[in-house]
Amino acid sequence: MAQTMFDKIWNNHVITGEPGEPQLLYVDLQLLHEVTSPQAFEGLRENNRRVRRPDRTFATMDHDVPTEDIFNVKDVIARKQMETLKANCEEFGVHLAPIGDENQGIVHAIGPQLGLTQPGKVIVCGDSHTSTHGSFGAIAFGIGTSEVEHVLATQTIWQAKPKNMGIRVHGKFQPGVYAKDLIMALIGQNGVDFGTGYAIEFFGETIENLSMEERMTICNMVIEGGAKSGIIRPDQTTFDYVRGREYAPQDMDAAIAHWQDYYTDDESAFDTIIDFDASTLAPYVSWGTNPGMAIAIDETFPEPKDINDEKAYAYEKLTPGDKPEDIDLGFAFIGSCTNGRISDLAIAAEIMKGQHIHEGMTTLVVPASRAVWNEAKQRGYDKIFTDAGCEFREPGCSTCLGMNPDRVPAGVHCASTSNRNFEGRQGAGSMTHLASPAMVATAAINGHFVDIRKTPVHA
Amino acid sequence: MEAITVHTGKAVALMRNDIDTDQIIPKQFLKNILKTGFGINAFFDWRYDKDHRPIPDFILNKPSSKGATILVTGNNFGCGSSREHAAWAIKDWGFKVIIAGGYSDIFYMNCTKNGLLPIVLPQAARDVLAQATPEETITIDLAHQKVIYQDHIYQFDINPTWKDKFLKGIDDIDLTMSHIDEIEAFEAKRQTFGAKTPA
Ligand code: SF4
Repeated sequence: MAQTMFDKIWNNHVITGEPGEPQLLYVDLQLLHEVTSPQAFEGLRENNRRVRRPDRTFATMDHDVPTEDIFNVKDVIARKQMETLKANCEEFGVHLAPIGDENQGIVHAIGPQLGLTQPGKVIVCGDSHTSTHGSFGAIAFGIGTSEVEHVLATQTIWQAKPKNMGIRVHGKFQPGVYAKDLIMALIGQNGVDFGTGYAIEFFGETIENLSMEERMTICNMVIEGGAKSGIIRPDQTTFDYVRGREYAPQDMDAAIAHWQDYYTDDESAFDTIIDFDASTLAPYVSWGTNPGMAIAIDETFPEPKDINDEKAYAYEKLTPGDKPEDIDLGFAFIGSCTNGRISDLAIAAEIMKGQHIHEGMTTLVVPASRAVWNEAKQRGYDKIFTDAGCEFREPGCSTCLGMNPDRVPAGVHCASTSNRNFEGRQGAGSMTHLASPAMVATAAINGHFVDIRKTPVHA
Repeated sequence: MEAITVHTGKAVALMRNDIDTDQIIPKQFLKNILKTGFGINAFFDWRYDKDHRPIPDFILNKPSSKGATILVTGNNFGCGSSREHAAWAIKDWGFKVIIAGGYSDIFYMNCTKNGLLPIVLPQAARDVLAQATPEETITIDLAHQKVIYQDHIYQFDINPTWKDKFLKGIDDIDLTMSHIDEIEAFEAKRQTFGAKTPA
């Protein structure tokens, strides 16, 4: 019977258990951060357990990190969480990249950047956007705190195998259209639960032509469509990205030979398939309070179809029939595990060069990691951004979620490159509009969204 | 984990449907580093007024509710965000058993992982149980899958795997570690192609 790539990697990790039942899977890599790990370590301590494989575990700090003055953690609880992670990592022998460290950053940027994320692995982390790592041809998914504890203690996890969905993408993006628009359109058109119960494989010429960082953006957001995992077949682009990184295999030839075994036999292996034409795709913007409430830049906000839509309109203070251009923006955020990598900053910098953000706008540019921050500085992006009136910050999750000091004020509309537009996500009363880095950078300059396919970037 | 075979305790009823995890424990309390200490903030928005004074009418604030170990509630309990803190909050308040019309999958799993027994009973049965006074007790006989209140006996279903775990009080990690030989054998043949490791 034909198998998907996901099936093959899965079967390669089953320690015990029958198909159709929860099976015990081996975990090749667990990533940790300060927010979802303390209780897991507490559980180990209470039961006199140790971390079974510290060598397959890596910790960093991201959610709570203040990005303005990274060493000055004013929030008492945030400081406590970071100190606790440090103490736990010391006690249990886990490698930690704390604030200030060269390898610190958003956990989903760090795995790929260090070469820890590799094809064929099973990767878990106490964070739903762990799906990002699937873009390398790995099985990667977010887990709860008890599961974090279980993986720390056993290096395994009980899981029931999801069904397989294939999304076949063909056609070339128009200029001004990006991977972010592709995943937002898929969710906008199919709903926030279309992927529930599935692992989603993206394939087809469009996907093959994407860079590794664009692939990460796509897999990052599958969780917003209900899927726990996204996966993309590893190819030369993947191998070239992994090669030479700190934790990459020394014997790359042997590794690649092995990784090439991971592919979907044929399309009959999928339980369901969606076809997507990328050639007619337009830039996407979310108008509501979940990522499914999103439309193309040249569409108008839809008539509410249920109470959720009505509530979303009331919260966002928007009117059906209006256009994304009509949103009066006060804030822009370029960053997060979706779009805070160097290629994202490069796109934003290209747009901001010699420009100035619109009067009254606050714009934060927050690299996903210290390495991205360094690279951005080396390329002079920091100067471009600050000259344009943006704030160039230290690496962390920042305004993606209101857990650190970076918040969007109540009643302010924010153009954001992040992944979630839930009520209050970026701060109580904040109104989030998700879009690509190019769309957000251009919106910051104009004070409102524009169709970047039509308007030249340097107006 | 503490085993549950037969449990007898006092019940409180919170007969609303779709109580989500944000109502069980609002997100401002998630920045804790322990599994305990959430109980005093459980159902925060219902328990306290805006000046953080307990609302005397709310059932969990009534002195007669003190010491209750069984929560009788509505359908679709624990929906919304996956935060495990919701299960910790309910456990930390002192509950050992929840009797609802149904649960969100994630919340149900979080209960099984934290020694909180989630029971499903139909509305009619829960309506009767909700009448129990603070002086009365309800008994849960897990082995026989029965909830007993006065002369009412309600049978409930539970997956044998979860039942066994509660009866023996073993946790998932113990269960997994019984496969340690297989895990080690599996590990021995994993290839890393000479990759450096973090530790
Ligand atoms: S950047 Fe946002 S979505 Fe990504 S890990 Fe941080 S908080 Fe979560």
